[in-house]
Amino acid sequence: MTTVDDRPAAPPAGAPRRRVNPALALLRNSWRQLTSMRTALILLFLLAIAAIPGSVLPQRGVNPEKVNEYFVDHPDLAPRLDQIGMFEVFGSVWFSAIYLLLFTSLVGCILPRARDHVRALRMRPPAAPKRLERLPQHAVLEAPAAADPEAIAAVLRRRRWRVTVRGNEVSAEKGYLKETGNLLFHVSLVAVLLGVALGSWYGWHGNRILVSGADNAFCNTRQQYAEASLGPRVDSADLPPFCLTLDKFEADYLASGQASRYWATVRVDQPDGSTRTAGFSVNSPLRLGSANVYLLGNGYAPILKYTDKYGRTQTSTAPFLRTGDANATEEGVAAFPDANVDPKTGQRAADQQVAFDGLYLPTAPDSAPFVASQFPAERNPAVVLAAYRGNLGLDAGIPGSVYQLDQRQISSGKLKQIGDKKLGLGEKWTLDDGSTLEFVGTQPYITISVRHAPGQTMMLVACATLLLGLMGSLFARRRRVWFRVTPPASGSPTSGSSLVEAGGLPRTEHPGFADEFAQLVAAVGDDGRDDQRAREGDE
Amino acid sequence: MSALSDQLVTFAILAYLVAMISHAVEYALGNARKVAVAAPARELVGAGVGGPGGTVEEPATPATAAATRAERSAARAALAGRIAAWITALAAALHLGAVVTRGIAAERMPWGNMYEFVLTVTWIGAAAWLVVLWKQPSLRRLGLFLTLVMVLLLAFAELKLYVQVVPLMPALQSYWFIIHVSTIIFASGIFLLGVVPAVAYLMRAGWERGKRSFPYTLARRLPAAAGLERLTFTLHAFAFPIFTFAVIAGAIWAEAAWGRAWGWDPKETWAFISWVVYAGYLHARATPSVKRNVATWIAVVGFLTMLMNLFGVNFFFTGLHSYAGVN
Ligand code: HEM
Repeated sequence: MTTVDDRPAAPPAGAPRRRVNPALALLRNSWRQLTSMRTALILLFLLAIAAIPGSVLPQRGVNPEKVNEYFVDHPDLAPRLDQIGMFEVFGSVWFSAIYLLLFTSLVGCILPRARDHVRALRMRPPAAPKRLERLPQHAVLEAPAAADPEAIAAVLRRRRWRVTVRGNEVSAEKGYLKETGNLLFHVSLVAVLLGVALGSWYGWHGNRILVSGADNAFCNTRQQYAEASLGPRVDSADLPPFCLTLDKFEADYLASGQASRYWATVRVDQPDGSTRTAGFSVNSPLRLGSANVYLLGNGYAPILKYTDKYGRTQTSTAPFLRTGDANATEEGVAAFPDANVDPKTGQRAADQQVAFDGLYLPTAPDSAPFVASQFPAERNPAVVLAAYRGNLGLDAGIPGSVYQLDQRQISSGKLKQIGDKKLGLGEKWTLDDGSTLEFVGTQPYITISVRHAPGQTMMLVACATLLLGLMGSLFARRRRVWFRVTPPASGSPTSGSSLVEAGGLPRTEHPGFADEFAQLVAAVGDDGRDDQRAREGDE
Repeated sequence: MSALSDQLVTFAILAYLVAMISHAVEYALGNARKVAVAAPARELVGAGVGGPGGTVEEPATPATAAATRAERSAARAALAGRIAAWITALAAALHLGAVVTRGIAAERMPWGNMYEFVLTVTWIGAAAWLVVLWKQPSLRRLGLFLTLVMVLLLAFAELKLYVQVVPLMPALQSYWFIIHVSTIIFASGIFLLGVVPAVAYLMRAGWERGKRSFPYTLARRLPAAAGLERLTFTLHAFAFPIFTFAVIAGAIWAEAAWGRAWGWDPKETWAFISWVVYAGYLHARATPSVKRNVATWIAVVGFLTMLMNLFGVNFFFTGLHSYAGVN
């Protein structure tokens, strides 16, 4: 997977044994280049830039209809953009190449650093430099209270420094957390990516509309979804067999028409044969264990009863889709392909099929024009429909939308409009051939997404460690101090007048280091009594 | 309540404007560091209040006269600067009042649309600035740029983004709304403040390198470049983990609300871009071979991507995040 493999390198096996193998040198150099900070930076920027078209151009994964629109609007440009993956930026070869390189670089950076860090953790803080006065921080204490190395070490340990004593020298270091945090952060990034990969390999999801009522129950198989996508490691047979029935859907609206609450109540038939009732909503999905069900949208399916000229009745409860206005105006089709079958012959007349298309208005205005609903709840429901008779074109084998009539049939004259009308609740419309259409009522429907995303727990945990690591990395500070005790000059009569010299070195930017150092020196000066007092003061 | 909020916003803008003018006076009058050396603050107040023509003095030698004059104008500058800082604090108090009353009027956290979002982000920026000022008074002259940014953003919000108070749509009624949006706002406010020393640093560093052309000349009286650069880093290092948390919280919320944690919706894409750019800044700053001004430029680009996310995405693209209340 690494770039190193992609290099046109000579086969190492047969290469002559020389001190410097040029191929190996090239390999080593490219690896070094790749894992350098500069390359990582460049890759980071490439990644940011590469993401931009993903927000500017419509993306198939986000909004496939918009992509189709784009193709219609830019017939020349779109196919060319499509060729280079511009409509699937985040799955494109070049985007993947960038982040795979970045992560390779990342791994190549983490591994040696982790090794060094483990080594540093095991090692004792290094010996003091010869001349402490050359360090950024320096102090000399005469006759401090903690005058022997062990006492100084004790003061430092109390302040959670890592301390080692060598003869008359004390070395101490603090802030290993910085590197630990940094490594944790970067490892977590890799873990997040693995979580993403896991999810895309073993995850699946499907979207569909679920109309209320027992007749419209849905069971979790691939065919039952309007749109489904299964990860490469998932087979249709792997989908857990549960069924959902929408018992009830409630929506509350404010006077302004803005929705304030949605609630869907469903019956779940579980794979083990048990049944339960559960509710879910936007922001609180139905968690089934094997999959989650999310509420994405809702609407109404008008119940339309058509009685053909032979007196046979059929009912359609096709969901009408929202047009996108705030008051839930919907449009859709009710098709009756089996209309006008001659009861004597049982023969279906291909040119006697019937369909209606038009609008559903949950709250129709009191007077014409009947083009838009006035409120999203059903206060004055009405359908505004055009009737068609002829060949619906369903047998042509070309899959058509169930929300739209086949326009080709209409333009070729095979499907003719025979009138239009607005129907209030319970109203009946008699067509020219004596057949009737009655608007009986509506059934609510919901749009759901059913999804299984296995990498998610891993991603969540990785995100938590990522944050912890990030904070350690940004806020911890690595620094070293040394103390050197010079025993009283020989022949000196007093015992307490030994000299202690101290030096401090911040290993990362640390504006507060001078203060910390001064405090530390002061603490050594009075043998940590400040500490004790402070602690007693706390109690 | 909502009318009160609107009035408070107007007053806050005016107050920032006055603070800006006062900072500009400070800027025009003299050099802060000389003042600091010249005399302690207390005495300078008196000197400034004395005003022109207040005292008659006999010029001793031309040199001392010039020195006194310089000292005097420096003293006035310091006074103007301190007044500016206090007015900024007053403006921030009014601004906070506007945010709070807006929230009371809406009976929810006031972060439901772009207007409220900008209102709160700018307040965070102003409040954080006061904290910075408290800790490092020597950076006060940056206030000129900060108040300018405040006036511009708030005026833009008033004129272009303003919407009436409305309740939240169901998609936003979740405690993740508070967690995600409050942290986004907090981080954005700090990033907003962070871009001020970043730009100031870029100008000042140019000035210190001897550039004397237009934008650099503005930096003549700015605090030293090194301090500006350090402040830039401190602010970004502080904001970045919060921003990271906010994006993660957004993903957790998105999982519950839309059924997927990450779907490359335009706002998510730009959040990703900002995150990557800021991560790039932190990397660049930690790499010795990358020059400090290059790193700082990255921080500025990071802020531009945040602006793009706020304004660009809300105005140009439609995504699931269509809560901005602008059409
Ligand atoms: C993957 C998940 C998410 C990411 C990365 C994300 C990212 C962001 C970012 C960067 C901002 C601030 C910039 C701006 O507003 O222009 C923001 C604001 C906001 N987000 Fe999200 N978000 C996520 C999920 C969500 C979800 C699930 C919701 C609500 C259902 C939501 C609602 C909001 C709101 C209300 C604002 C502030 C108001 C506004 O911009 O108009 N976000 N988000």
